[in-house]
Amino acid sequence: MKIGVVVNEGPYTHQASDSAYQFTKAALAKGHEITRVFFYHDGVNNGTRLTVPPQDDRNIQQRWTELQKEHELDLVLCIAAAQRRGILDENEAKRQGKDADNVAEGFRISGLGQLIEAGIQSDRLVTFGD
Amino acid sequence: MSDESIKKFMYMNRKAPYGTIYALEALEVVLIGAAFDQDVSLAFLDDGVFQLTEGQNTDGIGVKNFSPAFRALGDYDVNKLYVEKESLEARGLAESDLMELVWEDEDDDWAEKPSIKVVSRDELKAIMGDQDVIMSF
Amino acid sequence: MSILHTVNKSPFQKGDLSSCLAHANAEDAVLLIEDGVYGAIAGTDAANEIAAANTNIYVLGGDLAARGIASEKVAQGVNVIEYDGFVDLVTEHKAVNSWL
Repeated sequence: MKIGVVVNEGPYTHQASDSAYQFTKAALAKGHEITRVFFYHDGVNNGTRLTVPPQDDRNIQQRWTELQKEHELDLVLCIAAAQRRGILDENEAKRQGKDADNVAEGFRISGLGQLIEAGIQSDRLVTFGD
Repeated sequence: MSDESIKKFMYMNRKAPYGTIYALEALEVVLIGAAFDQDVSLAFLDDGVFQLTEGQNTDGIGVKNFSPAFRALGDYDVNKLYVEKESLEARGLAESDLMELVWEDEDDDWAEKPSIKVVSRDELKAIMGDQDVIMSF
Repeated sequence: MSILHTVNKSPFQKGDLSSCLAHANAEDAVLLIEDGVYGAIAGTDAANEIAAANTNIYVLGGDLAARGIASEKVAQGVNVIEYDGFVDLVTEHKAVNSWL
C-alpha cells in the first residue's frame, strides 16, 4: 500500500517523531511504499541541521536523514510552519534576507499542498503528534 | 459524481484555540486544502467546539484573532462543519454561542445556508466512519 | 468500512481515550501507543471503560516494555502487538483517526 506519514511534533520533547520513525521503518520492511513524510506544526524542527544531541541516545534528525537516503523517502517540512519556527533552507534564507539557513540533508521545504496531496495519493495517512 | 479521485477528507478539531497553535494551523490546512476539490468536512468535538465561539477578542493577550478566517470557509466550498452536541453541552455552550457561518448554495439561487451542523455523538460517529482520510492536529 | 483509532496519552491525565472509545464503532480498532499504553493496565477505570466499549483494543508492546508495564498487567481483551502489527492494522482499516 501507499502510506503517508504526518509528524506534528518536534524531536525529543514528544515521542511523536520516534513513533513515526519506527512506524515508517516497519512499513518499509513490510514492502509498503511511504509516499511522503510530512512535518507540520513543531514537527518542522525535526529538520534542523544544527542539533547536537547527547551521544548516548538516538540522533533523531540523523535517523530521518539516513532513512531518507536508504529508501529515497520524500521528507517535507511545511513552509508556513517552518517560517514561523525559524527553519529555513538556503533559498528561503536568501528570499527572506536571513543570515543563515539550517535545514538538514534529506529534508525539503514545501507547501501545505503536499500534505493534502499525500492524503489524496496515499491509500492511508497516519498522523503522529501530541 | 463517480470520480474515483475525490476523497472524503475529515479534519478533526478537538483542541481549544489560543492555548496552543493547533486550531490555527489546522485551519490553514483546510484553507489550502480547499483548492484540491475534495469532499471536505470539519468535525468539532471535545474542546474543539471552543474554536467557534462568537465574540472572540484577543486585544488583551496580544495575539491575532484568527476566528474571522472561519467566515471565509463558505467561499471556499467548505460548508460541512459538524459540531458535536454532547461536547457543546458538557462545556455549557449552545449553538447560539457559536459564530454564524454561512455558505451560498449556487444550486439554490445562491441562498445563504448555515455551514455549522450540530450533530449528536452517534451521528458524528457515523460520519467519521464514512471518511477516506482523517487529519488530526 | 472500519477505522483505526490511535490514542497516545495516558487516560489518567487526559480524556482522549474516553472520547475515542465514545466514538469507536464495533468494527473499528483502537491502538494505544506512547503514553496511551497506560490505558491497557488491568483493574483501572480505564480498563473498565475499555471492557464496556464494544470495539477491538490493541496496545503497542514496545511502549509497554519501555514503561516497565509487564504483560501480566495488561487487561484482558487487550491485544499486545508490535510495530509490524501496527502497520497491518493501518492497512486493514480504511482510515486512521489519531486522537491527539
